[in-house]
Amino acid sequence: MLILEKNAMTEEIEKLVEKYGPERSSLLPILQDIQRDHKSIPDFAQQEVARLLDIHPVEVFSVISFYSFLNTEAKGKFIVRLCQTITCDIKGKERIAQAIERELGITFGETTKDNKYTLEYANCLGMCDQGPAMLINDVVYANLTPEKAVKILKGVK
Amino acid sequence: MDSRKDYRAPLSQQPLTIEKPTDLTAIGGTITVEINEKKVVVPLGTTILDACKQAGISIPTLCHHEDLCIAGVCRICVVEVEGMRTLQASCAFPITAPIKIKTSTSMVRKARRHIIDLMLSEHYGECYSCVRNGNCELQNLAKEYGVDDYTFGHVDKPRYEIDRSSYSVIRDMSKCILCKRCVRTCIDLQEVGVLESIGRGDATHISTFLEKPLSDVICINCGQCINRCPTAALRANDPSDEIWRAIDDPNKHVVIQTAPSPRAAICEEFGMEAGTSLTQELNTALKRIGFDKVFDTNFTADLTIIEEGTELIIRLYKALVGKDASVSLPQFTSCSPGWVKYLEHYYPEYLDNLSSAKSPQQMFGSLIKTFYAQKNGVNPEDIVSVALMPCSAKKFECNRPEMADSGYKDVDYGLTTREMAKMIKEAGINLPEMPKSHFDDPFGDASGAGLIFGATGGVMEAAIRTIVEFITGSKAEDIFANANVVDVRGFDGIKYMEIPLGDTFGPVPGLIAHLVPNWEWLKGATLKVAVAHGTANAKKVMDDIKAGGKFSECHFIEFMACPGGCLGGGGQPIPTTPEIRKKRAQAIYAEDESLELRKSHENPNITKIYEEFLTEGPCSHLSHKLLHTNYVKRGKYII
Amino acid sequence: MIMEKTKREGSVIFSEYKRGEGIKAALLKKREDILLELRESKIKGRGGAGFPTATKWMVVAASTAEIKYVICNADEGEPGTFKDRVLLVDYPELVFDGMVIAGYTIGASRGIVYLRGEYEYVRKPLEDYLESMRKDNLLGKNILGKEGFDFDITIRMGSGAYICGEETALIESLEGNRGEARNKPPYPVNTGFFGRPTVVNNVETLAAVSHIIIKGGDWFRQHGTDKSTGSKLFSISGDCENPGVYELPWGTKLSEILTLVGARNTKAIQVGGASGICLNKSQFDRTLAYEDAATGGSIMIFNESRNMIHILNNFMEFFVEESCGQCTPCRIGNVKLLEGVKMIESGEYTFDYINKLIDLGRTMQVASKCGLGQSSPNSFISILENFKDEIFNGDGGCNG
Repeated sequence: MLILEKNAMTEEIEKLVEKYGPERSSLLPILQDIQRDHKSIPDFAQQEVARLLDIHPVEVFSVISFYSFLNTEAKGKFIVRLCQTITCDIKGKERIAQAIERELGITFGETTKDNKYTLEYANCLGMCDQGPAMLINDVVYANLTPEKAVKILKGVK
Repeated sequence: MDSRKDYRAPLSQQPLTIEKPTDLTAIGGTITVEINEKKVVVPLGTTILDACKQAGISIPTLCHHEDLCIAGVCRICVVEVEGMRTLQASCAFPITAPIKIKTSTSMVRKARRHIIDLMLSEHYGECYSCVRNGNCELQNLAKEYGVDDYTFGHVDKPRYEIDRSSYSVIRDMSKCILCKRCVRTCIDLQEVGVLESIGRGDATHISTFLEKPLSDVICINCGQCINRCPTAALRANDPSDEIWRAIDDPNKHVVIQTAPSPRAAICEEFGMEAGTSLTQELNTALKRIGFDKVFDTNFTADLTIIEEGTELIIRLYKALVGKDASVSLPQFTSCSPGWVKYLEHYYPEYLDNLSSAKSPQQMFGSLIKTFYAQKNGVNPEDIVSVALMPCSAKKFECNRPEMADSGYKDVDYGLTTREMAKMIKEAGINLPEMPKSHFDDPFGDASGAGLIFGATGGVMEAAIRTIVEFITGSKAEDIFANANVVDVRGFDGIKYMEIPLGDTFGPVPGLIAHLVPNWEWLKGATLKVAVAHGTANAKKVMDDIKAGGKFSECHFIEFMACPGGCLGGGGQPIPTTPEIRKKRAQAIYAEDESLELRKSHENPNITKIYEEFLTEGPCSHLSHKLLHTNYVKRGKYII
Repeated sequence: MIMEKTKREGSVIFSEYKRGEGIKAALLKKREDILLELRESKIKGRGGAGFPTATKWMVVAASTAEIKYVICNADEGEPGTFKDRVLLVDYPELVFDGMVIAGYTIGASRGIVYLRGEYEYVRKPLEDYLESMRKDNLLGKNILGKEGFDFDITIRMGSGAYICGEETALIESLEGNRGEARNKPPYPVNTGFFGRPTVVNNVETLAAVSHIIIKGGDWFRQHGTDKSTGSKLFSISGDCENPGVYELPWGTKLSEILTLVGARNTKAIQVGGASGICLNKSQFDRTLAYEDAATGGSIMIFNESRNMIHILNNFMEFFVEESCGQCTPCRIGNVKLLEGVKMIESGEYTFDYINKLIDLGRTMQVASKCGLGQSSPNSFISILENFKDEIFNGDGGCNG
């Protein structure tokens, strides 16, 4: 990371710490904000968060590794999470998965070359009455058909 | 926002919150519980585990360790409590009501057996090819519970790569059972913060920041995690094969120095009760193994006192009389390589406070390949210098690139107490039966002051015995009963002491008299000293110094990375518990008291080396070259 | 986006309610009277564990601690459950009023909603709603003129971890840690958030409180059964024509539910989500109640075309991933159960080993540290037992 980028990151994290408070209990909100804005929590950011909250970097890393929605490696602009739990599964998750994979040219767990899409499975999204369902970043889409899913993917900006 | 600054670890790993009553005779102070239909009276808040212990019932444990807070994660200690649907972890259950406990029902036995089976299914490797064979808590449990097959299978491939990057600690996570003792040791006990659980569910494993190799993170090599690991997932980097090769090589002159703590603990490796020093038996054993010379590290501990004490006096003079603002006080001891690396990482801005004197191990290293080589006509190139230490950080220390002032690698190998015991056993020697013999010349037997370096407060006590005599001219015995400085002894995390130097003075001995123009400035002064052991306590002292608190007013502070000092070091026999540390300390202090020679400056071989070799005296040019060192500003950032 | 406000019908939760009504009624009462009313109602926690709500509140109310907390557990992660989402989207007034009443009753001034990360899209509307409550003095200082009663609510997000629905794991998460369950005792009512006495209630439990305060514990108890009072929101999904959230009294028969939602050719009903139990046709006359087939609300219906081992495989994969990984029985036990399912799927198993796994499941039920590990073997055991003919004898099964 360049010095300029590092400085910008530090400034950003300092603002977050000011917003949420310099306690360990602020850790998740801070990480969630970094995750939302950068689609990952870079190594340097983890150490800065640790410094400002007076905890160890490995504790920050440990927390990130625990939660499915936080990650250290870079992901695409749009993180597509298809629900894999049983009711979505029996309502045709597999066909949606194939359609999305075909459309994006990647398999689950991968990111497109242009860094636009990352494809993942998620556990129950709480849309069991309207499955199959998927999240794209924070937005939920339900009652999917393969055609509808592809159309939604093409439509996100 | 409310917060919980007073403790760091998550509550899932916190000690029980129920305070034990101070007055047990008050109503509600004690409680009667039924364990296996037998009534037992225990103080309110006692855990089921402790209550069972009191009743003479043994409960198996794995994640529980007396030095650490409660985790309650291995579940091996579960028992039945009447009226509760689920089994309860006895280590984590505080008794607050007159409950009925059953410790060996079929449900309990089956659960424990299942838990062992599950652990074994993911525990890679075979016992006979394991360094912990015979001293493994998982193996013991498997034996106790009559495990004769792998009910739920057994992994045939290691799941994780072995991390051999560190000079001190090897991590083999395929043998880890996730008891998290190492995590609690690293984060709570030592506050170093290198190891944590990474991942979730089946993918959970113990690792470092960004899964970096141990050599790349801020590990201080204290090895406390090794001492608490129930299996061989964490072990020390063992150089004994190389040492055997050197011993077998007729062209090599293999010498060993032995530190006081291993001598007070190695008996445990031979089935003896903790607390017996086998110093002179060990001398004989080492000779029989094939070491050419056996030296006493206490010699350089004595030398450390002279060098470090002199350095302190110079610092005090410059700061107090010369008003030199560039002089850093308090002066910190530098014998503990774990502590040194801790300071380099966590408080690099305080490196100037660290005494430039090398640790006794490294002083000895450079003297062996210079002074001793000359004196005995040995080519230093042919010398293989081994150090028997209670410590895993010493392995890192001897590999620091700057530790080559003799022109060679000053100390070739650091060997732990455990590895030494293994070598002795391998040579077919039963250590406790060995005849006694003395250390070899030209260093001979050292003083009791050097000996007590092994216990927390020992360096300080040794320094006080010498400094007080140097300056006041009175005998240490006249100031402290039997020359025992009891205020700096014991296992309190942080100890503080003030020593008024009084008005009677000198004469200051010739060895240091020339260092400052006069000594009047010390009249009526009070020496303020402190002692901290375990880096968590060191952190408290450092934070206080940073904040300008009481410890910033100190003149001299002893820091040891390990709880209890060297006797609780990461290279000591496993297990190490508060009880065992106490016994080892007793052994060390008893040996000190049994000696004639108990002050560093009275050691005749010390006088001799300043006459023959370091002729310009302590803290002179030559002593700086050979006996002093410098440090690295490491910091916390690793990328 | 699915945010449509649909009019729902129900006897308790979905009955008529205007924002602030419950708070007003509560503020006129003494704290002890509110606790008595709750005790009268015999309401038990709606999240699944079924602990008496009044007892929870009483312990915290009795504590002399200066700082206490009310936490609304909106980490609705159990597969097949979505009623909390519906409540938060369509009935936030019920949930938040319930929290304010809890705060008043136990003497807390701070409430926290722990909302699962998957519901991020619900957060903004909820924040707006809280703001409007502040404007109307339903939150803030001296609420509705009640001198000295200050209370406010913040929303904190989860980040994708099922285990954080367990109350102590939730608190760990709020404190900035991995969501690993704590040792119990002590319970959150004594040592909760930041070590303070804390009430942690499910969204639906809090939503019921206002109605109880206004209409009385007696009225509430008229619904449901003796041991399971009131009504319950059921999230019904799977093979049926009208999936969705239904408010029904406790004691409703499973067969009645099947008729209600238009389920045909039903082979199995999973009651209580992945951590619940799976029932076969012969058990459809069982009733939904704490004392019979208990559930936090999840009911999943599977028809004759479904493969039970496929379903079980899905559940076990879920638990292997979602176990927090700290305790041995849950971390490794679930892996072994999943391996067992795969063995059955491939036909490479012995009955002896499968029985050993069922035995292991029973150990997990009693020896795991928290509710996740204690309940994760439920579907393994119940599916293998209730569908053994299909699974082991190829009788009536479907290999689709």
